[in-house]
Amino acid sequence: MDQWKNFSKGFIKENAVFALFLGLCPTLGVTTSAINGLAMGLATTFVLVMSNLVVSLIKNLIPDKVRIPSFIVIIATFVTVVELVMKGYVPALFDALGLFIPLIVVNCLVLGRAEAYASKNTLWSSLVDGMGMGLGFTMALTVLGAVRELLGSGAFFGMKLISGDALLLFILPPGAFLALGYLLVLVNMLKEKTA
Amino acid sequence: MEYVIIIIAAVFVSNIVLNQFLGICPFIGVSSKVETAIGMTGAVTFVMVIATLVTYLIYHSVLVPFDVVYMRTITFILVIASLVQLVEIILKKISPPLYQALGIFLPLITTNCAVLGVAVLAVQKDFNLLESTIYAIGNAIGFGLALITFSGIREQLDLLNVPKRMKGVPIAFIVAGLMALAFMGFAGIV
Repeated sequence: MDQWKNFSKGFIKENAVFALFLGLCPTLGVTTSAINGLAMGLATTFVLVMSNLVVSLIKNLIPDKVRIPSFIVIIATFVTVVELVMKGYVPALFDALGLFIPLIVVNCLVLGRAEAYASKNTLWSSLVDGMGMGLGFTMALTVLGAVRELLGSGAFFGMKLISGDALLLFILPPGAFLALGYLLVLVNMLKEKTA
Repeated sequence: MEYVIIIIAAVFVSNIVLNQFLGICPFIGVSSKVETAIGMTGAVTFVMVIATLVTYLIYHSVLVPFDVVYMRTITFILVIASLVQLVEIILKKISPPLYQALGIFLPLITTNCAVLGVAVLAVQKDFNLLESTIYAIGNAIGFGLALITFSGIREQLDLLNVPKRMKGVPIAFIVAGLMALAFMGFAGIV
């Protein structure tokens, strides 16, 4: 199979957020700034790639009936690794992302790829798939974070572009829903153009 | 009084869906009909309350005494996953009608982050057993309130002439945003 296609599908055609609507809780919850979105995306990508790898490696050893619980344990292990590493090295970021780090465990994107892809494909394909889907997810979160940060606090990756107050609403919870809603409209328009 | 405050805070002020962003997947996924929204709320309430109780007990009687708090995420998700299975088996035996109604939603709940989220939050907030239970009940009511009203709005939306590019999920998010805006009006009441 064409590995480039396998990798790039995660960005537009099968983007977790914009096309499949998976992993929406962290998407809305942490994207108050671009940097938070980026960090959350990368943390999820790490878990996704590692769990895809392990699931693909031991797919023949897992009995079919206990498949899902086994996947969850594998995923939870890597989530704990991320949790401990972030707590140790970037405590400020860990606090900002808060509850959503342990909640990577229940991110439907991660379990979804393990079940739908890694348990059926080779090690190499699963690795590429995990990278593509993870980075696509990271891209979506960073874009949403950048939009919300720009509108909500007039800054870009922490750099203040306009002085004074901005549309605070976009940093607050309702702004997350509104920003994602309108971004999806934009994505639909782009899709129509390219189609 | 203290308990009333926990409930009001969980239902209105920091609504689990509209303010905390937990359980967004079922909120968007199973909200196209009021009937299924009610079924999902029932299943979530059931699992959320039991899961919070059980994880609380495990956390304070196993994880803390043995100093393995870092195992929290793994333990909690396993407890929830097996609990969901258990509830499914028990319901099938003792109440087939209820199983029929909730059946299809139960497996989905394992990956509903609201359940794990509430269990983790209850432990983080240092609640005692009774407070944790009440907190879980409050959040379940909050989830139901948001989900059922939202599905009511979405049923109406189907009848309206929505611009083509906004149909489906985009308009759902915009409606959810307006609902969240309305819920912000409750901020500061407790």
